[in-house]
Amino acid sequence: MRLFLAQSLWSDFQKSFLDKDRWLMYLDGLKMTLLLALVGTVVGIILGLLVALIKYSYSTRKKNKPWLTLLNWLANLYTTVIRGTPVVVQLLILFSLSFMPNGVLASFIGFGVNSGAYVAEVFRSGINSIDMGQMEAGRSLGLSSRATMRYIILPQAIKNILPALFNEFIALVKETSVAGYIAVNDLTKVADRIKGITFVNLPLYIVALMYLCIVYLLTLIQKRIEVRYSRSDRN
Amino acid sequence: MIEIKQLCKSYGKLRVLNQISEGIERGEKVAVIGPSGSGKSTFLRCLNLLEKPDSGEIWFNGKNITAADVDTDQVRQHMGMVFQHFNLFPHLTIRQNITLAPVKLKKQSQAEADEQATQLLARIGLTDKADTYPNMLSGGQKQRVAIIRALAMNPEVMLFDEPTSALDPEMIGEVLDLIREVADSGMTMVIVTHEMKFAREVASRVLFMDEGKIKEQNDPARLFDSPQNQRLQEFLSKVL
Ligand SMILES: Nc1ncnc2c1ncn2[C@@H]1O[C@H](COP(=O)(O)OP(=O)(O)OP(=O)(O)O)[C@@H](O)[C@H]1O
Ligand SMILES: [Mg+2]
Repeated sequence: MRLFLAQSLWSDFQKSFLDKDRWLMYLDGLKMTLLLALVGTVVGIILGLLVALIKYSYSTRKKNKPWLTLLNWLANLYTTVIRGTPVVVQLLILFSLSFMPNGVLASFIGFGVNSGAYVAEVFRSGINSIDMGQMEAGRSLGLSSRATMRYIILPQAIKNILPALFNEFIALVKETSVAGYIAVNDLTKVADRIKGITFVNLPLYIVALMYLCIVYLLTLIQKRIEVRYSRSDRN
Repeated sequence: MIEIKQLCKSYGKLRVLNQISEGIERGEKVAVIGPSGSGKSTFLRCLNLLEKPDSGEIWFNGKNITAADVDTDQVRQHMGMVFQHFNLFPHLTIRQNITLAPVKLKKQSQAEADEQATQLLARIGLTDKADTYPNMLSGGQKQRVAIIRALAMNPEVMLFDEPTSALDPEMIGEVLDLIREVADSGMTMVIVTHEMKFAREVASRVLFMDEGKIKEQNDPARLFDSPQNQRLQEFLSKVL
């Protein structure tokens, strides 16, 4: 009985991993997943920073110029809509646009735009966590609010939120598993396709294990970084 | 040099500065004393526009700096400020703390600013700390660095807001010594302080603030020895 189980598992493994060099497909899927997560995080950081800066400058000024009011309104609309709708729907809509050449580009944009709405909040709290005295000290030396933000507030804020930004990357590694909806061959989609060809369920377990390993590895790296930071902070 | 006209400032319903008019001449060392909440910090912070007055005017070197079209950043480059809690930039080395503003504002090249930072640090005996970070310094050292950071911009006036209030008692002396030295160099200064002995010794004039007004002012000897205002008498009897 035990032998039979082992044999059937081995044959499933052959079908889903070794035959026709299918393991290469997993590798490609993994590359795509990591690429999507990376691009999504980078785009998200750029958009998130932009949105956070708009909201910050809007909130700190008493009288606002019309263009800033408009930008702030757009920023609020953006975060509200993105956070209030499922990422899959966002991807499907993007993919349906006539000028969108392929699912990969739609995913780059979609995950980036989605992530940006959340990263904006991370940046906002990072900026708010910096003592008001820092801004005042910069301004009292004659630096503009922009220069103070750039040279004094942001460097400290970014250092504080680096773990959170890394978290966003880890989250995206998992979240991008819905990219298959718009014909992107990410890790999950690969498993699904191989399952369809071979009629065995093992590919799903294989990618589950791969996700787990990557996320675990990334978490380890993150802990390392945090430990180093807290050490440099203490003294 | 600084002319304050009918300055008013409120936070919501709370009237913090009530029609203050005052003049500060070049070279004066003005100490501001008064009970907690009387508006001393607000008054000081209005001078370099960290707080925006509700009404009234402030003239600096013959220019109305409360006018709408004034470049506030430009004005502040000529007014140094020292805070109670130092506000050094923790992510920058001591040298970078000092050189950041002069370099970014294109007053000096990095090399010139570094040279000046070295001289200023030598003056306060902290040359060996130039490349360490603020968290390696004691409170007194931090405040002294904050003072020379402001001096590095070559300001025409220095504003101090309780520069020794956050310090352990044994570190107050070194900071007061430096402020005294800056005063002796001829700098125009406005100092909000609770150190009455220091105010008496260093100030050329003392302002007593209470309920958003300057209730009495005089040269230190007369203000401390024969106070006229009743609130000032009460205040002095408590703190002296
Ligand atoms: N940003 C602010 N918002 C609301 N109220 C404020 C603000 N800043 C100051 N106040 C209030 O204004 C009053 C005057 O404050 P200010 O800091 O000028 O007093 P102070 O004389 O410097 O007192 P202290 O000796 O305690 O430093 C206080 O009652 C204070 O609570
Ligand atoms: Mg105060």
